[in-house]
Amino acid sequence: MRSKVVLRRLVKNKQTRYGLIGVLLLLILAYVGPFVAPYDWSDKDFMAFMQPPGPDHWWGTTQTGGDVFANTLRGLQKSLVIGFLVALISTGLAALVGAAAGYFGGWVDRILMWGVDLLLVLPSFLIIAILSPRLKGGTWLLFVLLLALFGWMITSRVVRSMTLSLREREYVLAARYMGIPGWRIILRHVLPNLSSLLIIDATLNVSGAIIGETSLSFFGFGVQAPDVSLGTLIADGSGPSTVISYPWLFLFPAGLLVALVLSVNLIGDGLRDALDPGSTS
Amino acid sequence: MSILEVKDLTVTFPGGIEAVRGVNYSVSRGEVLGIVGESGSGKSVTSLAVMGLLPRNAVVSGSVKLHGRELLGMPEDDQIKVRGKTISMIFQDPLSAFTPVYTIGDQIAEAVRIHQKVGKDKAARRAVELLDLVGIPHPGVRAKAFPHEFSGGMRQRAMIAMAIANDPDLLICDEPTTALDVTIQAQVLEVLKTAQRETGAGIVMITHDLGVIAGMADRVLVMYAGKPVEQGPVDELYYRPRMPYTMGLLASIPRIDGEEGPLVPIEGNPPSPAALPPGCPFAPRCPMKIDACDDEEPPLTEIGGGRHVACIRSREIEHKGLTGADVFPVPVIPPNDVVRIPREQRPTVLELNDLIRHYPLMKGAVFKRRVGTVHAVDGISFDIAEGETLALVGESGCGKTTTLQQIMQLEPPQSGRIVVLGKDSGKLGKEDRKALRGDLQIVFQDPMAALDPRMPVGDIVAEPLRAHGRKNVDQRVAELLTLVGLDPSYAERYPQHFSGGQRQRIGIARALALEPKMLVLDEPVSALDVSIQAGVINLLEELKNTLGLSYLFVAHDLAVVRHLADRVAVMYLGRIAEIGTVENVYDRPAHPYTQALLSAIPLPDPEMERTRKRILLEGDLPSPADPPSGCRFRTRCPKFARLSEAERRRCVDEEPSVVRLANAVDHGAACHYAEEIEVITASDDQEEK
Repeated sequence: MRSKVVLRRLVKNKQTRYGLIGVLLLLILAYVGPFVAPYDWSDKDFMAFMQPPGPDHWWGTTQTGGDVFANTLRGLQKSLVIGFLVALISTGLAALVGAAAGYFGGWVDRILMWGVDLLLVLPSFLIIAILSPRLKGGTWLLFVLLLALFGWMITSRVVRSMTLSLREREYVLAARYMGIPGWRIILRHVLPNLSSLLIIDATLNVSGAIIGETSLSFFGFGVQAPDVSLGTLIADGSGPSTVISYPWLFLFPAGLLVALVLSVNLIGDGLRDALDPGSTS
Repeated sequence: MSILEVKDLTVTFPGGIEAVRGVNYSVSRGEVLGIVGESGSGKSVTSLAVMGLLPRNAVVSGSVKLHGRELLGMPEDDQIKVRGKTISMIFQDPLSAFTPVYTIGDQIAEAVRIHQKVGKDKAARRAVELLDLVGIPHPGVRAKAFPHEFSGGMRQRAMIAMAIANDPDLLICDEPTTALDVTIQAQVLEVLKTAQRETGAGIVMITHDLGVIAGMADRVLVMYAGKPVEQGPVDELYYRPRMPYTMGLLASIPRIDGEEGPLVPIEGNPPSPAALPPGCPFAPRCPMKIDACDDEEPPLTEIGGGRHVACIRSREIEHKGLTGADVFPVPVIPPNDVVRIPREQRPTVLELNDLIRHYPLMKGAVFKRRVGTVHAVDGISFDIAEGETLALVGESGCGKTTTLQQIMQLEPPQSGRIVVLGKDSGKLGKEDRKALRGDLQIVFQDPMAALDPRMPVGDIVAEPLRAHGRKNVDQRVAELLTLVGLDPSYAERYPQHFSGGQRQRIGIARALALEPKMLVLDEPVSALDVSIQAGVINLLEELKNTLGLSYLFVAHDLAVVRHLADRVAVMYLGRIAEIGTVENVYDRPAHPYTQALLSAIPLPDPEMERTRKRILLEGDLPSPADPPSGCRFRTRCPKFARLSEAERRRCVDEEPSVVRLANAVDHGAACHYAEEIEVITASDDQEEK
């Protein structure tokens, strides 16, 4: 019943439709595109350096003869994976920590919220920037964990305050008087009733994570060469002279980044309107 | 001459939902018209349409004439001049009716200045006068108070003061006392009567409480599914109802002067305004239904004596002199086997001994310091024998919910003892506590909040079974749903697909899942409509008798308590004022508080209401953070006021404890000067004799 109403509202919203179509197209482009493209992202074409877009290299080539189309799609894949993973982990962490703090209260609450406050005052960008070169040998998954670690605190505070009101609800009291243990009440009664908040938050976190990843990679702290992401590609193409003389190096990855973040944000806004019609901001 | 005339009023909301489908009524000067109906019957929407306060997307048609002037379609600017000047409205929730950032006096003065050309100081003086009129003590000082400094009853009085500020010709009261406690309700109704005398206004009184209408109204309009089904003078309608719905409604209310025996429920639920049945909307629930009822909706026709009825069999009802009890099937409830054994020989299932629960009152943001103590529960003792229902009654803030939480938590109490089924809660291990939870279950007040909206009904009922590792869960769920009168196939649906009464049955099924020996009922029917309420009360009674349960029943509705309980404990400010069997406490109350409480409850009987003598209490419940010394009730006690100086000393210095009354087996009161009197049926005539 409710899910049907939400779905109808979601589809009726024009912006959400554009967002959904946008994300879908970008996903297809990122994962189907490489099969259609004539070059692989690791191929180097020594016959063509800095070629503008043409029939052979659709989006042109780089300084080292790499194919911009293949590189950009590879970067898009990476950014998408990182974005979704970070959003999933940070929202999950926020939900568990916030709900535990709110439900159990007392010293559990105090310790968890102390941790949250500590993480909030740490300059996350700086810490990731310092730590990431040391992880050079490790996988990019460590980078995902780092990004997630610094992105969940605000949501967990919101979850905690909502849990505080939920735990006084009669169905939670009823469960407690039945003798159901606390963690099971959190998983069965508290979190499902916060699902609309969590879904919205996860969606908006995706775009936040993508932006975070690209900006770190832009400064050389995130994804490390030879691997590419949208951030490293933009960095490569954004030297003061390159932007003007070889715009294709910069325009394609930057354009895809804008399209991706915009689409995800449109979906997030649409979801919020559909799940929570009261807030029309 | 009539002030307000409503003709063929209809209100349609988007989606073709017809909330009001043709309402006609008129109100004359000084007349009180009562509009009765269950939730969703369109009674509030009708009044909002008259005031022009409906949202823009509602389509209103028909005619509303005030002093012959058409109100519908009037430009907004003209409507504003009428609102608050000629028509005033009193809303249900006194909490949200005032702006929290201005003082009460300013807000009333503002209402005066909007419609009258008077100076600021004159308007302020008028506000104080009005507050005095509605019985606010020290009106000059209180006018400078902010809304949050007023109690609920005082806010509702201030609301009335604001409504009569401009001498309106018509007052619309939408459930004006529903949110208030009974003793406060009695005060506010008295103020409303005063306000009417002062202004000579006509009143439209909208409520679901047939007792309030009986005492206030001259004429009554009964609404069902957006349409009036019966209209007439109050006595005629109460004593000789001609429409099966009215008859059922009157037969289904429990009464404090009532007889024992099952209540008469109206089967089924009110129809949804989006899917009305063909023909008479009441036909699917009506025991007198014949085939012709489905053909077309009967119009409201005049039957003489100023009465209108919408039923094709009304003549027959009149002719045979039928009443609700004749028409509606009276359920048969199997007798209770346990009660044959005398109470002393039955085992005790719950015992409370001098239970105390105090909450510290903290102040300060960084360094919290204790500034006082809230005496929520301050030494109460009672016991419940097997197969017995003990009702804990009292007004909001008296500590009944805290008591109940203390019992349900099964933790060691701050002080005193809680013994459940022979086990002391202070000495329970973790495993024992979980096992004991299976024997002690709870049914909550609000059927909306008590069921997790994200779980299907089957899972909700199965939850306790799974938590305690029972086998054959699905089969047991089906059994339980059948037991509470629901179809086992409902297990797959979600709670929001059910009506309030059905949801409460699901809550009961969940509580019964582990075959408990004792149920705690926290106001189980107070959120339900009258016609639904009777069915749930009967179900509870039947379950108690067939399953041999014991109930601790917490309620503020004394009429329901009389019906369901064997013994009753009256609480006031964290202590028990009076305890005893229902017959003793209701027919011969000895504590002045119980007497006031019982006399404050309106009876659905116009004649009795008119002659009844009320014991009105002064003021509000004192704060439990600062209870009066000695007897806690002395600040409001009508008896204390009549005592001599020497006698009063004892009330001030010595706190009374519950003492068994001399000539009763099971009846005790905590009053130094306890004296049994009859109050429910007490009238002015009796006083003179």
